[in-house]
Amino acid sequence: MMDLGSISPTLLLASLMVAATPILLAALGELVVERAGVLNLGVEGMMITGAICGFAIAVNTGSPTLGFIAAALGGAALSLLFAILTQVALANHVASGLALTLFGLGLSALLGQGYVGIKPPATDKLDIPVLSDLPVVGPVLFAHDPMVYVGLALTLAVWFVLNRTRAGLILRAVGENHDAAHALGYKVVRVRVMAILFGGACAGLGGAYISLIRVPQWTEGMTAGVGWIALALVVFASWRAGRVMLGAYLFGGVTVLQLNLQAAGVALPVEYLSMSPYIITILVLVIMSAERNRAPASLGRTFHASN
Amino acid sequence: MKFVKHLAGAALALGLATSAMAQDKTKVGFIYVGPVGDGGWTYEHDKGRQAIEEAFGDAVETVYQESVPEGADAERAITQMALQGADLIFTTSFGYMDPTVNVAAKFPDVKFEHATGYKTADNVSTYSARFYEGRAIQGHIAGKMTKTNTIGYIASFPIPEVIRGINSAYIHAKKVNPDVQFKIIWAFTWFDPAKEADAATALIEQGADVILQHTDSTAPQAAAEKAGGVITFGQASDMSEYAPLPRVSSIIDDWGPYYVARTKAVMDGNWSTVQTWDGIGAGMVGIGEITDAVPADVKAEALAMKDAIASGEYHPFSGPLKKQDGSDWLAEGETADDGTLLGMDFYVEGLDGEIPN
Repeated sequence: MMDLGSISPTLLLASLMVAATPILLAALGELVVERAGVLNLGVEGMMITGAICGFAIAVNTGSPTLGFIAAALGGAALSLLFAILTQVALANHVASGLALTLFGLGLSALLGQGYVGIKPPATDKLDIPVLSDLPVVGPVLFAHDPMVYVGLALTLAVWFVLNRTRAGLILRAVGENHDAAHALGYKVVRVRVMAILFGGACAGLGGAYISLIRVPQWTEGMTAGVGWIALALVVFASWRAGRVMLGAYLFGGVTVLQLNLQAAGVALPVEYLSMSPYIITILVLVIMSAERNRAPASLGRTFHASN
Repeated sequence: MKFVKHLAGAALALGLATSAMAQDKTKVGFIYVGPVGDGGWTYEHDKGRQAIEEAFGDAVETVYQESVPEGADAERAITQMALQGADLIFTTSFGYMDPTVNVAAKFPDVKFEHATGYKTADNVSTYSARFYEGRAIQGHIAGKMTKTNTIGYIASFPIPEVIRGINSAYIHAKKVNPDVQFKIIWAFTWFDPAKEADAATALIEQGADVILQHTDSTAPQAAAEKAGGVITFGQASDMSEYAPLPRVSSIIDDWGPYYVARTKAVMDGNWSTVQTWDGIGAGMVGIGEITDAVPADVKAEALAMKDAIASGEYHPFSGPLKKQDGSDWLAEGETADDGTLLGMDFYVEGLDGEIPN
C-alpha cells in the first residue's frame, strides 16, 4: 500500500539536513588536510572521540555549545597525535591514520563508560522572530539547529580561504609540491600541522553532532563508518568544498528519503532503495568531475627538509 | 650483557609458566557483531561471557573480539581465535554461519557454537532463543496502545529470525486491533545508531506511535524519547535506562546459563553437537518489566500470555493463519512446526510490502 502523502516535505528536509551535517563537517576538515598534502585516514577515530568528548562535556555542564567546543578540542587533540607521528617522526600516513582510528575507537569506549543511557541537554533550534514563523520558508530555512548553519558557513569559509586568500594559496602550494614550497621559504610542517588540527576539530564537531543532535545518546562505536564515507566523499568531490557539500547533502538526503519511501510502502525493491545513497552520490559526483579530477600532487608523501 | 641474559632467562621462565598455566585453563572465545557497549545484543552476549568467568574463575580464560563484520573477514577473526588456542568459540551472529562451519572443518579439536543459524557439524552446535515469543507479547501491548493504529518496525536483515518477529508481532497486534497497520523499514545493518535513529524518526514522522526494533543499539529509544508520545520496547537487552517511557517493556536474551553449561561440557569432555532453541519457558527469553505507562488491564493480559507461552499452553503461531498471498498456512487448532519457523520466508496475511531478497 503506497502512501506518499504521509511524507511531509518540510520534515523530510529537516531530517535530510540532520543526516548530512556530520558527513559535511568531517569531510570539509579532511578536504583541508588533503589539500595540504596529508592523507589522514583517522577521520572515524577523531569523529568518535569528538562524539564522546562533546557528549560528556554537554552532560556535565548542561550546555551543548560547550559540548561542541570540547568536541572540536578533543578531535584536534587526537589529530595532534597523528601530526606528531607523520610530521615530526615522519611515519607513514596510511598506517598512522589507521592506527588513529583504532586508537580513537578504543579511547572513546573507555571515556564513555559512565555515559551510556544518559540523555544529553537538548540543542535548541534556531528561533528568529518573524522569520522562523513564515509559512513554508520559515521551517525550511530558519528553523534548524545552529550546527546546520555552521556546516554551511564552514563550506563557504573553506572555499573562500582556499581559493581567494594568500593563506589558502600557501596551503595548496604545500599540498601540490612540498619541496618547491619549502624552497620558497614556507614552513611546510607548520602549515600541515595546522591543517591536521583543523581537520581533527571538524571531525570532532561532526561526531558530536551525531551524539548530541542526530541520535541523541552515547553508544560505543556509534559513528559506525561515517568517517569512511566522509573520506570517500572528499575524493569523489575532487577536493572541492562546494562539491563536498553537494555530496554530503545528496548522501544524507537520499539516505533519509529512502527510509521514508520504505516506510511509505513504495513499490520499489528495498535492496535498490538501500544502496541508492551510495550509487546516486557517486554517480553525480563522478559525472560532475569528469573533466578534471586530480589529487593534490604531494598527497600522502612524507616531507623532510633535507630531501 | 649479563643483565640482558638474566632478562632473557626471566622472560623465558615467564613464558613457560604462562603457557603451562594456559594448558590447564579452558579458553573460551567470543566473536561479536557490535561493540560490547551497544546496550543490546552484543552487550547481553558479553554478560554471558562474564557469567562463565564468574562460574569457573581461574579455571577458564575468556577472550572476545568485537565489531567483527559478517562475511569473509569473520573467517579470519575466527581462525585467529582458534590459532590462539581457544577450546570453545561462540560466534554470535547469523552472518557468521558459513565462516564458522568453514573454520570448524580446519580445527576438528576446537568446539564451535553458532548463534541463530542452522548449519551443524561434529564440532559445531547451534543455539538460539525463541524471540518470537516475546514479540507476541510486544504485539499485544502495541496493538492495544497505539492511537494512530500505525506501528513502525525497524528490521535488520531479511532472515527467518527477523521475519518471524515481524509476523508474530503483527498477528498479536491485529488480534486486539483490527485496524492496525505495520510500516516496516529494512535498515540492512545490525548496528548503526545514526541510521537506526533516522529510521525511527522517519517512521514517527509518518504517523507511527509505537516503534519495534530488531537492530542492536538503543538509538531508536533515544529518537522516540526526543520525538515524544511514542512507545518502544527494549530489544535483546532490557534498555531500562529508557523506562518508564518510551520503553514500556523489553525482550531480554539471557545467554549466561547456556554458556556456563556448554563450557562445563567442554571441561568435562562430554560436549556434543546440539541444536538448542529455547524460549520463555526455559528462561532464555526474558520479558522486561512492563512499566506503569501500560494500562493495568493490558499489562495483566500481557503477563497472562507470557505465562501461557512459558507453560506451553499457547503457541504464538496458532491457526487459523494465512500467508500474505492469501493461501492457507495453519488450520484451526494447528500450530507451526519448528522446521517452518526456522526457515520462515513469508509474511502472514495482512502485512504490506515484499520481503527483500
